[in-house]
Amino acid sequence: MSAPGLAEQIASDADEMEAPGRRDPFGTLRQRLIGSPLQSAVSFVGIAIVAVIVWHLLDWGVFNAVFFATEGPKSCEGATGACWAIIDARWRLIFFGLYPYELQWRSGLACIVLVAVGILSCVPRFWHASRLSALWLGGFATFYVLMRGGIFGLAPVSEEKWGGLSLTVFIFAAGVLVGMPMAIAGALLRRSRLPVIAGSFGLVIDCVRSLPLVTILFTAAVIVPFVLPEWLQGDKLYRVIFGFALFFSAYQAEIIRGGMQAIPPGQDEAARALGLGYWRRTFLITLPQAFRNALPPTISQFVITFKETSLVIIVGFFEIMASGNAAYGTGDWGFAYIEVYTFIALVYFVFVFSLSRYGAFLERTMRVGLH
Amino acid sequence: MKLFRRTDASATHHDTSGQSARDVLIQAVFLATVVALVVYLVVTAQSSLEAQGMTSGFGFLFRTTGWPINFSLIPYGFGDPYWKALLIGVLNTLFLAAISLPLASVVGLVVAVLRISGNGVMNFIGTAYVDIFRNIPIILQLFFWYAVYTHLPHPRHALTVADTVFLSARGLFIPGLNVTGLAAFVAIVVVLAGIVLAFWLGVTRRFADREVAWRRRLSWSAFALAFAAACAVLVAGRIPDTTFLSVPTLRGLNFKGGINVPPELAAMATAIVVYGSSYLAEIFRAGFLAVRKGQIEAAQSLGLSPWQVLTKVRLPLAIRAILPTLTNQYVWLLKATTLGIAVGFADFFMVVAVSITQSGQTIELIGILMGGFLLINYTLGSVLNRINRAIALKGTNIQ
Repeated sequence: MSAPGLAEQIASDADEMEAPGRRDPFGTLRQRLIGSPLQSAVSFVGIAIVAVIVWHLLDWGVFNAVFFATEGPKSCEGATGACWAIIDARWRLIFFGLYPYELQWRSGLACIVLVAVGILSCVPRFWHASRLSALWLGGFATFYVLMRGGIFGLAPVSEEKWGGLSLTVFIFAAGVLVGMPMAIAGALLRRSRLPVIAGSFGLVIDCVRSLPLVTILFTAAVIVPFVLPEWLQGDKLYRVIFGFALFFSAYQAEIIRGGMQAIPPGQDEAARALGLGYWRRTFLITLPQAFRNALPPTISQFVITFKETSLVIIVGFFEIMASGNAAYGTGDWGFAYIEVYTFIALVYFVFVFSLSRYGAFLERTMRVGLH
Repeated sequence: MKLFRRTDASATHHDTSGQSARDVLIQAVFLATVVALVVYLVVTAQSSLEAQGMTSGFGFLFRTTGWPINFSLIPYGFGDPYWKALLIGVLNTLFLAAISLPLASVVGLVVAVLRISGNGVMNFIGTAYVDIFRNIPIILQLFFWYAVYTHLPHPRHALTVADTVFLSARGLFIPGLNVTGLAAFVAIVVVLAGIVLAFWLGVTRRFADREVAWRRRLSWSAFALAFAAACAVLVAGRIPDTTFLSVPTLRGLNFKGGINVPPELAAMATAIVVYGSSYLAEIFRAGFLAVRKGQIEAAQSLGLSPWQVLTKVRLPLAIRAILPTLTNQYVWLLKATTLGIAVGFADFFMVVAVSITQSGQTIELIGILMGGFLLINYTLGSVLNRINRAIALKGTNIQ
């Protein structure tokens, strides 16, 4: 994964990127809005539609909204706008689920640690296999110690009590961390010279890819206890994370394989001519280039995977959406469902949108770097 | 991994008979390990199932279910067997896909056109749509729409259009035909097949030597034939002793007559259309951008109107450019429709899940579930790939 050249390019290209668009922005804008009579009419109608929607949204969400739950659900009586009071009253339930109330700072801190690790791994400085692994393993250990407790004088909290945003982030990060090595192994084995091995791994990958994630999660949560002997089962959370990792790795293996196929054969031949063995060829020549080629689809796979963590609600986990359902489903807050869903949608949006923007940025800079 | 290292290290040496013997040995060991593992898992599963007093086998498919299904295109009662419940699940999944994937494509196409239009405001609307709905998980959108639909007013205070269309907490009521659900499903499938056939006839090279007018007539007659066939199916599927057209009316606490779209189905369809269209819009847009500028300029200089440029030049070329991606996207969306269990829509997965808890035939039902999805995906994939091959521009480099 080491790509020092790429890192420098991104740093230097970032400044030049937007230069072409900055030529006479007002001229382009004028042409795109009022270039012709038809263009002006379309613009006018469009602006009217946008204005009406924005006005109604502001009217509902800001001007007529109630923000503070001073009297519980009664705070919103008579209000015509949004009842954000439910967020004020229930935000700790939404973010932390059933985690013990007085220990919720630990859940929050653990979540921040993982998010910080995620942000750090977007920095090109960390793009070396060893640094990335160290960063993620360290972040993970911190997260687990904070959430699970039991050492350093922290009170233990069992996995069934984990919930809310921390659980969502944990399942995503653990799934990706376990799934990535599986994906690399899957991609390498599918390209194996031996037909039986290549064929079997191809079959497994294609089968997993053609199943919906829900069925895999369901199998991991409900069916595996029947099939595996008891000592191999583990907690339901870890079974589901494994199922999640399996699903992720099947897609990611194909992305990495695509990245490998884009490498000119001369690279591998040159490495052979230099007398490098299989492992050194793979880890010094093939994989770094494969990851560089596969970076944009990998990021969009991360985006999809993060959104799909929300499906664990179906097998009964108390992640952020389940805790949101509980937030409006109890204690006379039943009317405030739109506010809760909007809030959770915003949380997801912040994560997913920033990740996908970052992916688009990488793709642009890499395209500039390649040509 | 160990197996792999040895084989590949040997690849750098010359091929010898010793090496190929080793390859065979390694693969044999690999196969034996896999077989042993599978046998071990099956034996464990059977012994743990036997401990619970379960008999394995597919005999349970003919036992009666004894539980209700809230949405079904074919008649179903408590006394019906398991195989019928599973069939209903498959039909419901396909039905949902048949109504929501075409709708999502239409919405996606409109959004894509907004995004590539030269107008700044329209651009902004399209971009906002895509950015908002792509970045929110589909299951969250599903919960949102389900909550909205179930919080609509009571049937007595239903929102109505001209007293024929009603929207209430019991779902959407629209005028319909008094036909069986199966007939309606078959009619929809026939019409969709007609559209695909007409499209294929329009672009295939099989009749390349015929006149354009003749080919157009062929396309239209294929579509008309499918439409007539669908009408025939509907008439044949009439429910006896009822009027052909059925309009919903308020009787007591609920509506009678018409087609009832329950909130579960409405929420599923809305979520899939909104989420799916935001993905499809990006694919369509990529297709439009893949059409080279020279093609469009050539069309414009020939004096074609903007509408003609869009429908005769940009759209046909764009569809060819994106069809492989589009195939994957449709298969992916079909899999994304298995969320019915979250709101209680009886799709294939939900029926299987309920069957597992009710009958306990875990292994068999999971096998049916996976087999069913492999079959559906494979069929959809190969049909779309066939279309892709049929319309590909062979031997030329036009983009």
